[in-house]
Amino acid sequence: MEREEIITKNKIHPHKLTLWIGIGSIVMMFAGLTSAYIVKRNQAGWVSYDLPMAFWYSTIVILLSSATIYLADKSFRSRAMGNYRRWMTVTAVLGIVFMVIQYVGFKAFWSQGMTLQANVAYSFLYVIVGLHALHVAGGVISLIVMSLMAFSKKKRVYSTVPVELIGTYWHFVDALWIYLLIFLILIR
Amino acid sequence: MDTVAAHESAMHDAHAHDHHDHHHQETFISKYIFSMDHKMIARQFLITGIIWAIIGGLFSVIFRLQLGDPNATYPWLEDFLGHWAKGGKLNPEFYYALVTMHGTILVFFVLTAGLSGTFANFLIPLQIGARDMASPMLNMLSYWFFFLASVIMMSSLFVQTGPASGGWTIYPPLSALGEASSGSKIGMDLWLVSMSFFIVSSLLGGLNYITTVLNLRTKGMSMTRMPLTVWALFFTAVLGVLSFPVLLSGAILLLFDRNLGTSFYLSDIIVAGKVLPNEGGSAILFQHLFWFLGHPEVYIILLPAMGMSSEILSVNSRKPIFGYMAMVGSLFAITILAFLVWAHHMFVTGLNPFLGSVFVLLTLLIAVPSAIKVFNWLTTIWKGNIRFTPGMLFAIGFVSLFISGGLTGIFLGNSALDVHLHDTYFVIAHFHIVMGVASFFGMYAGVYHWFPKMFGRYLNNTLAYIHFWVTIIGAYLIFWPMHYEGLAGMPRRYYDFSNWESFKQFGELNQFISLVALIVFAVQILFVINFFYSIFKGRKVTTLNPWGANTLEWTTPIRPGHGNWPGELPEVHRWPYDYAKDGKEFIAQDVPVGADESKH
Repeated sequence: MEREEIITKNKIHPHKLTLWIGIGSIVMMFAGLTSAYIVKRNQAGWVSYDLPMAFWYSTIVILLSSATIYLADKSFRSRAMGNYRRWMTVTAVLGIVFMVIQYVGFKAFWSQGMTLQANVAYSFLYVIVGLHALHVAGGVISLIVMSLMAFSKKKRVYSTVPVELIGTYWHFVDALWIYLLIFLILIR
Repeated sequence: MDTVAAHESAMHDAHAHDHHDHHHQETFISKYIFSMDHKMIARQFLITGIIWAIIGGLFSVIFRLQLGDPNATYPWLEDFLGHWAKGGKLNPEFYYALVTMHGTILVFFVLTAGLSGTFANFLIPLQIGARDMASPMLNMLSYWFFFLASVIMMSSLFVQTGPASGGWTIYPPLSALGEASSGSKIGMDLWLVSMSFFIVSSLLGGLNYITTVLNLRTKGMSMTRMPLTVWALFFTAVLGVLSFPVLLSGAILLLFDRNLGTSFYLSDIIVAGKVLPNEGGSAILFQHLFWFLGHPEVYIILLPAMGMSSEILSVNSRKPIFGYMAMVGSLFAITILAFLVWAHHMFVTGLNPFLGSVFVLLTLLIAVPSAIKVFNWLTTIWKGNIRFTPGMLFAIGFVSLFISGGLTGIFLGNSALDVHLHDTYFVIAHFHIVMGVASFFGMYAGVYHWFPKMFGRYLNNTLAYIHFWVTIIGAYLIFWPMHYEGLAGMPRRYYDFSNWESFKQFGELNQFISLVALIVFAVQILFVINFFYSIFKGRKVTTLNPWGANTLEWTTPIRPGHGNWPGELPEVHRWPYDYAKDGKEFIAQDVPVGADESKH
């Protein structure tokens, strides 16, 4: 009975659809923040600044991690579970490295006198980049959980959905970072 | 094939509970507390919403005591409120807390969570022929985040400095500076934390509603065969998912300003002779972020009421809905326009007049889809074989209130008039009628109409009729005179009008409004009694389809279990509005189309 119900509808998987709508929702939050940023930039008291060098390194790291999660997804599909576990772990590590570099960038920025309270321009940078890092952290936690599950001998997972979900989300936080980086460089 | 297999396994996950639920005895906790059944979650939202409505309504009665007779003292108030009403007179600070919490509770906790949470959960799966939501787990989390938000908001009522008191719109600087007022202290932090959880709850719910509608419709249920209720709840969810995150971003910046010394919203402020260091912020920025949610929020509240009223009007007129596609189109138009009108709340903020006129135009455009809906409702009941069930009465009441309140929207949407009317009782009258009371009527219509499906029993009709007539007459008596007060310039949020010569003329009118408010509140308590009494002792439902309705929820057993249909899912062959067709009173959606059947 269940089988019949499903085969009649060859639609996108409900969990994936939910994720896409959720991504739309996150986009709206950052759209709200970046438009507030644009409004504020056109008002008195705004100061321009250069992004910390570290953000360029973190960009390379997160781009790399998008490649590794793609490889993880590919390995899972061909049931190369050893490779899958390896790439998932590498991606999680790269995610953590990304957050560490962001923190290092913040620290360098802060030590140059550009503290959270010094100017609204800096406040925006901390809030926007910080919130993005939180979204990366969410992804890292899911990656760690999935990697641990992949190492567990007891459970065998055959559905590709969780892997696709985390893959989509991870590419999204990557793309979101690229957008934010370009935004922060062009509009300052 | 790969994707089909993946679908199957996941759909199996989503519906795995179908199987064991039919075989295993559920525990009290899994059935009533941490339930994943959309119908139980709907009931949880409804009952939590009712509790909030009693509290929020009671607050309005208490501050109406003050407004009705500013010089009177009520010694019993002191017993009840302690130092907030010393000597039986409401403390001004607490008066502001009451109006703030009244707005917050009614807008968010009752008419958003209580309304969408209840009916989107209850009706979407039942009316599209799904066994449950796309993710029952997220659905359960949605309720529990709401519950957590409720607990935090409730606890803010009991902190020493009182709950938030800067108005439900929490404009900075009042909301951003702890030293600004007693209600700007911990009460405001609790408000923000509670609302953050509330937003999470609303997003989880919304994601689920959208996915369920797009993905889990039963065979034959094309989008254009969906009941208007589902369409309305779908657009409501879209509005919520796209607008609540923007409020969240505004609230995050506010939390930073409050607690970490940033100046997003603050600049050049002196509090009690002390110059604050904050520079470069803009309080208007918050208003933009707030109203980008705030205006769609109005439609988040209204659309479910519109959808349910459409359905109930058609069922009880025994006539097809007039202009189904126009109804869907106008819901869509309202959804789009809802995002483009927020600055009409900000005409007096020094907004560029050109920009202002753009927002005037866009705002007045909403009158077009709104009018389409009104005419379609009227033509639906026109020459119908009307049954005045309590649900039907409330649906008609909804249309009446929507017209009365909508017309004053045309005044307020016009910036030239709004400059005069802004923040007066005219605004209070407008939005209470069109959004507050009208949506309440939609909600009551829904409760009376679907109570038999929710609890397997009927509500008491006599009490329902008393409830309806007192409420609709009372609502007009309360809010109609406020238009005149507003036109005369009487501002909202004032604690005591007796000090102004120009408002003294309204003394008796205010007293009258307060008296009616008290009576209307008492009648709502009557409804609450009827509601809880009928859950346990109401007349039992004995037929599957008591209203003779076409939609799928009436093809389930009288008390459907988890999974809704014991056998296979019903297949849909027609739209939901085949009433009075080919000599038949009604033809349910799961009846196959006959060979000689006429087209609708």
